[in-house]
Amino acid sequence: MKFKLRSREAIAREIASDIADGSIVNLGIGIPTLVSNFIPEGREIILQSENGILGLGPKPKDGEEDFDLINAGKQAVTLLKGGSFFHHADSFAMMRGGHLDIAVLGAFQVSVTGDLANWHTGQDGVIPAVGGAMDLAVGAKQVWVAMPLFTKEGKSKVVAQCTYPLTAKACTSRIYTDYATLACTPLGLKVLSLAEGLEIAQLEELMRLPLNQSLQSD
Amino acid sequence: MINKIAPSLEEAVGFIQDSSTIMIGGFGTAGIPDQLLEVVVASDARDLTLIANNAGNGDDGIGTLLRLGRVRKMICSFPRQSDSFDFNAAYQEGRIELELVPQGNLAERIRAAGSGIGAFYSPTGVGTLLTQDSEIREINGKTYALQFPLFADLALIKAETGDRWGNLTYRKAARNFGPVMATAARRTVASVRNLVDLGDLDPEAIVTQGIFVNSLIQVDYSTTRPGGFK
Repeated sequence: MKFKLRSREAIAREIASDIADGSIVNLGIGIPTLVSNFIPEGREIILQSENGILGLGPKPKDGEEDFDLINAGKQAVTLLKGGSFFHHADSFAMMRGGHLDIAVLGAFQVSVTGDLANWHTGQDGVIPAVGGAMDLAVGAKQVWVAMPLFTKEGKSKVVAQCTYPLTAKACTSRIYTDYATLACTPLGLKVLSLAEGLEIAQLEELMRLPLNQSLQSD
Repeated sequence: MINKIAPSLEEAVGFIQDSSTIMIGGFGTAGIPDQLLEVVVASDARDLTLIANNAGNGDDGIGTLLRLGRVRKMICSFPRQSDSFDFNAAYQEGRIELELVPQGNLAERIRAAGSGIGAFYSPTGVGTLLTQDSEIREINGKTYALQFPLFADLALIKAETGDRWGNLTYRKAARNFGPVMATAARRTVASVRNLVDLGDLDPEAIVTQGIFVNSLIQVDYSTTRPGGFK
């Protein structure tokens, strides 16, 4: 059966539509950053950035960039009315102290039970870099991952067990991908939505992972 | 009379001994005390341990110290950026030791050093390579890893406005590590864009109190350049 993969923007739009009004959210690099472009009208979401910003606004106009006002990816941003600045210890207190509702992060691998690997491939010669990934993964009330489901080599990035070094255990609750949106549960993966035309059996075959039929939402 | 305003950059920073540990404020290019780092570069100090979020942006400052082989160890959270090529070279050639610390543990270890905390348990990094040698403890059903404070001989930070007592305010997200690093070093030096008379800073808005600052110096304002992209 033919199916139509979701674009990066479509993934970001679905995530944005799932974020409740009033949420405090930290967006990682890549697809997660795009989420801020799709917050539905009428919803007020406060974005937190690890480098000491609450109330992150959109990208500034060309020529109005101020590189003292940047996001975690070091790109110029703006500050919304009501926004504030704070130092790094306070920023990470917000995370570990459970004050963030959702962190949306990219990943190398996620296990069916929600283990997250997104900081290091463990390969020789690659400089490891962790940034705030481990703090967000243990601190945010919910961790959602946004990523393409398959590597360029066609391997599923959702796996029975991560082979890359872990960022945190059992922290991920949802995985938004180009093929489907999945929930990690103690009983395995639950399908929340599917790319147009894709069927669960087909996805199971592609991922080589069982998707617990009894857990499906419809 | 208390006057912490130094007459020159050199006198602000003071003598730097070999094998010193130096904290350097900044996240990406925001908050890097460029002019203070130039003094470190111009000194003879070697065998340094640097504590900063990143491992240099571009050719100057931390990059120069790395390229000249004057850094023994880098303690940071995110050394892999498109413009940290000097660290990349030193690391690939095995010329430098890296202690990789998750960003929140880095900030909190510095905060602990500056606030008299002997050690603390953090949930960050539990079950990962970065706490494999740490003491692990369960407290109220949650698992934590023991983290120790990070002290420095010298902290170099960039602030926006200061007075002769060393009270400081910052600019936007250039604040980042400045306020915590200021508390954790035997000597803290701040560069500021503006100096104001005592009493001109709003007491409600002072971010770093002068007791944490040993010396400050006014520097010319230069626009923060882009950098530190992943």
